[in-house]
Amino acid sequence: MTTTTSNNISFAETLPALFTAQFGNAGWPGRKAALDRFQALGGIPTVKTEDWKYTNVVPYFKNGLSIALPATPSITAAQLEATGLLLPDTYRLVLVNGVLQQPLSILPPAAQVTVSKMSEAAALPAYTQYFNNSKKLEEHHFAQLNTALFNDGLFIEVKTKAQVEQPIHIIHLYHNNGNLLVNPRHLWVANEGSYAQLIESAAAFDLEGTVLVNSVTEAVVAERAQLSHYQLQTGGSKLRFINQTMVEQLGKSLYNNYTFTLSESDLVRNNLNISLDAERTETHLYGFYIASGSQLVDNHSSVDHRMPHCESNELYRGVMMDKATGVFNGKIYVHEDAQKTNAFQQNNNLVISPQANIYTKPQLEIFADDVKCSHGTTIGQVSEDALFYLKARGIGDAEARNMLVKAFAFDVTAQVKIPAVRKQVEQIASRYLSVATNN
Amino acid sequence: MLNIKNLHAAVEGNAILKGINLNVKAGEVHAIMGPNGSGKSSLASVLAGREAYEVTEGSVDFDGKDLLDMSPEVRAREGLFLAFQYPVEIPGVSNINFLKTAVNEIRAYHGQPPMQAKAFLDMLKSKQKLMEFDANLMNRSLNEGFSGGEKKRNDVFQMAMLEPKLAIMDETDSGLDIDALRIVSAGVNKLRGKDNAFIIITHYQRLLEYIVPDFVHVLYNGRIVKSGTKELALELEEKGYDWLKEDIRLEEPVQ
Ligand SMILES: Nc1ncnc2c1ncn2[C@@H]1O[C@H](COP(=O)(O)OP(=O)(O)OP(=O)(O)O)[C@@H](O)[C@H]1O
Ligand SMILES: [Mg+2]
Repeated sequence: MTTTTSNNISFAETLPALFTAQFGNAGWPGRKAALDRFQALGGIPTVKTEDWKYTNVVPYFKNGLSIALPATPSITAAQLEATGLLLPDTYRLVLVNGVLQQPLSILPPAAQVTVSKMSEAAALPAYTQYFNNSKKLEEHHFAQLNTALFNDGLFIEVKTKAQVEQPIHIIHLYHNNGNLLVNPRHLWVANEGSYAQLIESAAAFDLEGTVLVNSVTEAVVAERAQLSHYQLQTGGSKLRFINQTMVEQLGKSLYNNYTFTLSESDLVRNNLNISLDAERTETHLYGFYIASGSQLVDNHSSVDHRMPHCESNELYRGVMMDKATGVFNGKIYVHEDAQKTNAFQQNNNLVISPQANIYTKPQLEIFADDVKCSHGTTIGQVSEDALFYLKARGIGDAEARNMLVKAFAFDVTAQVKIPAVRKQVEQIASRYLSVATNN
Repeated sequence: MLNIKNLHAAVEGNAILKGINLNVKAGEVHAIMGPNGSGKSSLASVLAGREAYEVTEGSVDFDGKDLLDMSPEVRAREGLFLAFQYPVEIPGVSNINFLKTAVNEIRAYHGQPPMQAKAFLDMLKSKQKLMEFDANLMNRSLNEGFSGGEKKRNDVFQMAMLEPKLAIMDETDSGLDIDALRIVSAGVNKLRGKDNAFIIITHYQRLLEYIVPDFVHVLYNGRIVKSGTKELALELEEKGYDWLKEDIRLEEPVQ
């Protein structure tokens, strides 16, 4: 039996056969249940599905997608360095197609953090407690597909009260010959009173063809824990991303998410779901996306305020060039019991080309009466007055525009608390903008 | 240095400048006065190259080159500077990076290499001293949250940094406190030389006591209706503009 779909037959049709070939009928029954659930949801969503109205993923599931991981290539330190993504003073976890590579990694002290392959973590109590636990997973086509097909991923548990001062840098490398669908599955638990910073970056490694990354990350931030999570979406045009990040926050915890889409990828879809399940939590979601050519960047987020006295704050900014498409959908639910909620949301877009599109939709549903909520959306061009001011000082048109776009974007990147990350992000963004605006 | 001939300009189809003639030579200071809405800022905007203005007639020669043919940035690189009546705030662009970029783009235009960091800082310091400009403002975003007077002083400071041949100062005095007015004027006087020139737009004779002009012009309804020496400013201060308006009405052809 082949594990590759042909060009003519759709992925959905061949999925059962692919599944059986890869996983047989034995093993964890959750896989088969997820596959059934995926099919019951309608399989790959089309633009007729409300949440996928502007994001047509169907074409990405043609061309002979394989789900079987290739042999892991050997990677030298120099090759890792050549990705340009390495950050100083960080622990380092290197994954190839979602599989942790110990020799290339610099692990944090075991007394503070447990790091394991997901495939070897099933016996750990935190795994048993939290794996595949998010209710919301059931609503997401691709989360179900991931649950059915995942090979491996990263298990991280920050121990109770551990203060991990040095950030943990997770470098996702993707490798294949041909077109691959890879389903990394991660579980990150920040135990009570702990403190940690996780940074994710991505790069293609010796990649012939394309990789469609359909990842699911479940994160739990326990009582009084503080977790910062940077998703730096890099890696060039051959990587496509559909990400699900499911975060559960417990009492007095803090979660900061930075989702920065900085790649030339055709398709990036982020689903970020935050569930505030206890009182007095704090959440900050910062997003920045740049897109040019015919790229599509889609950020869907939802914040569920279930309990009183929680605060969430979301700021997403995007720059759209050429014929790119941007989608922002931000849901905030304030449930009946969630009195004294503070929930804020902002989405600002700079649309540089008349052919670019942006679809932005804040969705607030509030069922409690004593709350402070606000949202705002802007779509605009660079200010002509500001442009003229810069030019009147001798700065050329392209450079002046560049400065204004960066000024707009760097309002978000200025929120980054790790200087080396901020520097890297601004460098990548500057390079991207210089190339895109000079075309 | 600057030779404006019969300049007409319009905004959105409305004629604003209706035949300006003005000749400014190197080493001279010209003051332009005139009632609100007479077209002073419009003239400054047209000279600086603001796109909203359409030049419908006339010519402007700047040191032998056709000014109207140049983009705003080229005009600046050729040595024209406009201190704005209302400098804009640009959040996220740091004052110092902005200045460095401007200085180096102008240098590049003249075939000079970018300024070394040290040389740039030295120049920054000496001009800060000259203009008594608060160094703390340098590291902030361009004009963001600056007080009205601070914005004006920032513009004048930029002028000192860029060392233009021709500086047009649009109501730089309005918004400046008494001390600042003296400081800025003293700075401008130090920048005055035989190779550069100033056009100073103002409503108040007081500024002209500090920066003594060689000529004073009155702009009214898109035209220069009277020119004289610094005594004209005194006369205007005393009598206002009505007497001039009367004179003009008598000269205008009966419709
Ligand atoms: N975009 C525009 N559309 C229509 N009219 C305009 C526009 N911009 C300027 N004007 C008009 O042009 C005229 C001249 O304006 P300008 O700003 O040049 O006056 P000014 O002499 O600088 O006045 P002030 O002393 O108040 O600064 C005014 O009547 C003004 O309303
Ligand atoms: Mg004016």
